[in-house]
Amino acid sequence: MIANYGYKDGSGEYYISIDTDKCLQCPVEQACTRACPKNMFEIITDDYDDQVAAIKQAHRRTLAYDCTACKPAGGYASLPCASACTAGAIKHSW
Amino acid sequence: MYTAGIDMGARSVKVVFLEELKVEGAPQLKWGVKKTHIMFPEDLDMDVAAEKAYTEALQLAGLAREAVGRVVATGAGRKQVKFAQDNVTEVSAGARGAVFMHPSARTVIDVGAEEGRGIKAAPDGKVVDFAGNEKCAAGAGAFAESMSRALQLSLKDFGEASLRSEKTIPMNAQCTVFAESEVVSLIHANTPKEDIAKAVLDAVASRVCAMARRVGIEEDVVLIGGMVHNPGFVRSLQGALGVDRVLLPDLPEYVGALGAALIAAEIH
Amino acid sequence: MTTSAFATTAATAGEKKEYWRWEESAWVDETMNWRDAKFITAGIDVGSVSSQAVVVCDGKLFGYSSMRTGSNSPDSARNAIKAVIEKCGMTLDNIHFVVGTGYGRVNVPFAHKAITEIACHARGANFMGGSAIRTILDMGGQDCKAIHCDEKGKVTNFLMNDKCAAGTGRGMEVIADLMQIPIAELGPRSFDVDEEPAAVSSVCVVFAKSEALGLLKAGWSKNKVVAAYCQAMAERVVALLERIGVEKEFFITGGIAKNPGVVRRIERILKLEAVKTKYDSQIAGALGAALFGYTLVQKQGVPAKAAAS
Repeated sequence: MIANYGYKDGSGEYYISIDTDKCLQCPVEQACTRACPKNMFEIITDDYDDQVAAIKQAHRRTLAYDCTACKPAGGYASLPCASACTAGAIKHSW
Repeated sequence: MYTAGIDMGARSVKVVFLEELKVEGAPQLKWGVKKTHIMFPEDLDMDVAAEKAYTEALQLAGLAREAVGRVVATGAGRKQVKFAQDNVTEVSAGARGAVFMHPSARTVIDVGAEEGRGIKAAPDGKVVDFAGNEKCAAGAGAFAESMSRALQLSLKDFGEASLRSEKTIPMNAQCTVFAESEVVSLIHANTPKEDIAKAVLDAVASRVCAMARRVGIEEDVVLIGGMVHNPGFVRSLQGALGVDRVLLPDLPEYVGALGAALIAAEIH
Repeated sequence: MTTSAFATTAATAGEKKEYWRWEESAWVDETMNWRDAKFITAGIDVGSVSSQAVVVCDGKLFGYSSMRTGSNSPDSARNAIKAVIEKCGMTLDNIHFVVGTGYGRVNVPFAHKAITEIACHARGANFMGGSAIRTILDMGGQDCKAIHCDEKGKVTNFLMNDKCAAGTGRGMEVIADLMQIPIAELGPRSFDVDEEPAAVSSVCVVFAKSEALGLLKAGWSKNKVVAAYCQAMAERVVALLERIGVEKEFFITGGIAKNPGVVRRIERILKLEAVKTKYDSQIAGALGAALFGYTLVQKQGVPAKAAAS
């Protein structure tokens, strides 16, 4: 399942998508939960009883602000969360 | 020799005339400012309003049209100012004007009714980088305006009320429309108005601050835009930024027009 | 004179119409008898604006209710289940398994399990629109969901937007109030225009409101403004759908399905017609929850502890 967490508002579209099928055999011991400086990732049991990564509820409506530390206005090279996940499950839309 | 900056907003025009004075042989800009703020009805075409306002401003300043060497426009309606030789964005004009008023400022935070943004400025007032949250009322003055209406307070009383509160209540709703219902439930729960006002202004400040962090916050910080008039917001912003002081310009309405006039003087 | 002026004001205030109001409802399939069923399950969808309760007998839809959400989730859930069981002529004790869903799902006191509305909507849409459904749009009171699912109604891709009021039922209520047009009339009236206007340019509801007022001042008819607003909403929702990828068949659930002004414009942009259903579009979540309950009760049996009210 591809889970898109985030939102779209007048200022833009901000989604972090997690390909949860890739979480099923996580090669890096849930590194996403440790890589994010804002501690935004958690492991949940989803509706189909799989253990998968998710963005914590408290951050789902504030991604544009919460991710600013990793995204300076002058541009960014790599994101800690996406780099830590070697399975390539994590993508940002903006 | 004069230059003019004209800030064409949605409902008002601000005009600044800048006089270039010669000091000790070298040409130097002196703040010989003459300024005019004219409101116009919404149904008036922007180009007509610009022309009318400029003519009126010239009269008030006692200047002949020919005395002005160069006109630069800024603001949302800058492209409708037909008689301007050039136009610049609100970001460039705002940064230039703010740094002219406060030369030590390196971070310019601009919070108007419809947008909030953080600008990193060079010592000469040029824009190094900026990040904004446009077209969403949540990160702008409109959020506070809307909530003050829910509390039946004027924006001014709203800001002052927040100063009387030391409480920190987090607001869950990010959207202005949803936040209105949240404010209504806070009212029903008998939360004091001043605590609600502070919660609202803290929320706007934290969003604006997050935007400013994208450009990097370097002191001094100067605030421009309509929220300058809101002391409660200024306090919330200081708290969110973690700085001791946020500088405020003396003539906040004219920062953009002044910046445009300065840019006009530099390019002519 | 002064007194009469005050009286007029008071009278006007008292008559202030709530243009966003909609009717509560309950329905039962009179041809069925629940006493014949082996397993009776219920789904409760506590949304931000409305709450639904659905009763399913051996995997078949038996009855439902759609009520306004009150000030707290437990009471709203009780209110919804009460409406449906009264209509069905049963008591809560007759129900073997209850699943809660929606924004208040963890606060349904008599539920045996909580499942997210994303999974429940997909399951419900699969039942209501058939197994060919791949793309589901759910537009609720305070959120908007785009879901892609497989032939079993299992979610394969989803997104949700509950941060911003634009593109939600709430955004529509704001415009109904502003235009002083009852919410159910917005859709039909949006087609009563000489020519289709371009969409309102502001996404943000707050700015769209000022834009709409400006258009009225510029001489636009109310219907034309509503048309421009419906078009903006449709464009916005389509952008969300495109993020997950639109695939045939397409199904719309939630309150917005009842607004042809938005639905027909979405279909026009997507060049794809939404599958029509004979059921109430708002029950998809609760129906999906009840169906999940049916699967669980078949697998695990009836829980020892009866559902407590």
